[in-house]
Amino acid sequence: MATYSTNEFKPGLKFLMDGQPCSIVETTSVSPGKGQAFNRVKYRNLTTGKMIEKTFKSTEKVEAADVTDTELQYLYTDGDFWHFMDEGTFDQFQATAAAVADVEKWLVEQDSCTVTLWNGDPIAIRPPKQVILEVTDTDPGLKGDTAGSGGKPATLSTGAVVQVPLFITIGEKVICNTETKEYVSRAK
Amino acid sequence: MTTAHWQPTAPLAMLQKRAAALAKVRHYFAEQKVLEVDVPALSSATVPDCYIDSLQTKIDIPGTGNNQPYFLHTSPEYAMKRLLCAGSGDIYFLGKVYRQGDYSPRHQPEFTLVEWYRLGYSLREMMQETSQVIQLLLGSMPTEYLTYQAAFQRYVGIENIHQACAQQCKAALMAQGVADIVGVAENDKNLWEQLLLTEVIEAQLGQQQITVLYDYPAKDSALAKVSTNNADVAERFEVFVNGMELANGYFELQDGEQYEQRFQASLAQRQQQGKLAVPIDQNLIGALNDKQQGGLPLCSGVALGFDRLLALVEQQNNIEKVMPFSITNS
Repeated sequence: MATYSTNEFKPGLKFLMDGQPCSIVETTSVSPGKGQAFNRVKYRNLTTGKMIEKTFKSTEKVEAADVTDTELQYLYTDGDFWHFMDEGTFDQFQATAAAVADVEKWLVEQDSCTVTLWNGDPIAIRPPKQVILEVTDTDPGLKGDTAGSGGKPATLSTGAVVQVPLFITIGEKVICNTETKEYVSRAK
Repeated sequence: MTTAHWQPTAPLAMLQKRAAALAKVRHYFAEQKVLEVDVPALSSATVPDCYIDSLQTKIDIPGTGNNQPYFLHTSPEYAMKRLLCAGSGDIYFLGKVYRQGDYSPRHQPEFTLVEWYRLGYSLREMMQETSQVIQLLLGSMPTEYLTYQAAFQRYVGIENIHQACAQQCKAALMAQGVADIVGVAENDKNLWEQLLLTEVIEAQLGQQQITVLYDYPAKDSALAKVSTNNADVAERFEVFVNGMELANGYFELQDGEQYEQRFQASLAQRQQQGKLAVPIDQNLIGALNDKQQGGLPLCSGVALGFDRLLALVEQQNNIEKVMPFSITNS
């Protein structure tokens, strides 16, 4: 198994910590001159997305993680797995519920997503920044409603719920930002 | 063709301030009648300290031989001590030194050091002068003198750090809620103690003042004398401003035999850690042991990181911002 020593640490380096794939966000070497050097490291657990800080004694080694980001098309879900495809090779990948947990409600069939693969399996998915979804349920926008009330909740075809303006009706298509998880505008 | 990152890392206006600061330091020492010595950066031997790595090069010397191994000095200490042994009197060095593998916002492999030696100075007098020199550039500031032991009492609640065990140090560190530590053995007292210092205490030193931390543990004496009235501590100090170490000073060890013993201990430690051995500086040992010349006079010495001090003065968070070029575009 390939390993990295602390002097190879740099932002973006993928490694295993406690059996989990992680990516270095920031690393600073601390060499006091009179003593042992250390590296202060901030990294992200790629499965949970959590930021972690650890201080490594210099010359410590970590195991390399086979982690890559790739663009894959979202195909469909069978309820157990979420299926993706490489549009170049037509290779298919299946993601577990855990891998799609944060984004499940923003996956639109045939959208191209950034998928993080660990040992060939999807562990994290980033949908496009904007997606178009259909409104499946919302209160009728009442005329004469109090101005500036900020809108109303609307349920979208994927099950996501966002605040929309009062004029939006069931069956309309809306553009949403998947990072802020907010309504952007009506889709044409 | 790749894009050339040719622009300086410090703006030209900063380099003018740098030049003025260099001139100020030289002016101070000239007024004090301290002689400037620009000792060679190249030396056939180097410092054996386990945690200081030297850059090495090969030199062709006609008549002597090709590919002679030489080191770039990590500090001008040994050459300056030879000058002191030769009767130079008070001397200072202001120039470049080199350290392998040092790179961070506070480190560059090549950086500028001010190092000076004062005959007959006690450690206390050297601490005072170091604070004065820092204030030359940083402006007037109060100075706090704090023993190493008192710092551990005040900041991490350890009554006597010299007697504390590994478990106590580790527990105190964990109580501070610092990031997890990877790669340190449970019973490695030296490392847990060091982490308390670097991860917790140092960051809090020198807030709105200059903190001189002194009476370092005897195990960290390097080339300082062990105190005559307390065998636990060495006559060594470091200076901190804004949590950053600026200077490191000793009441200098004089006895040549003790130098050799400490060098051998460092070499043994290097071997234990799987690091390359380095040649001991026999010229330094020879100077110290030269009975006719009288060896090293009673003196104190200090090394001050010029780039760090200037970065503090100019409120820069990376020393490359006060240097013409960083190692990454040199």
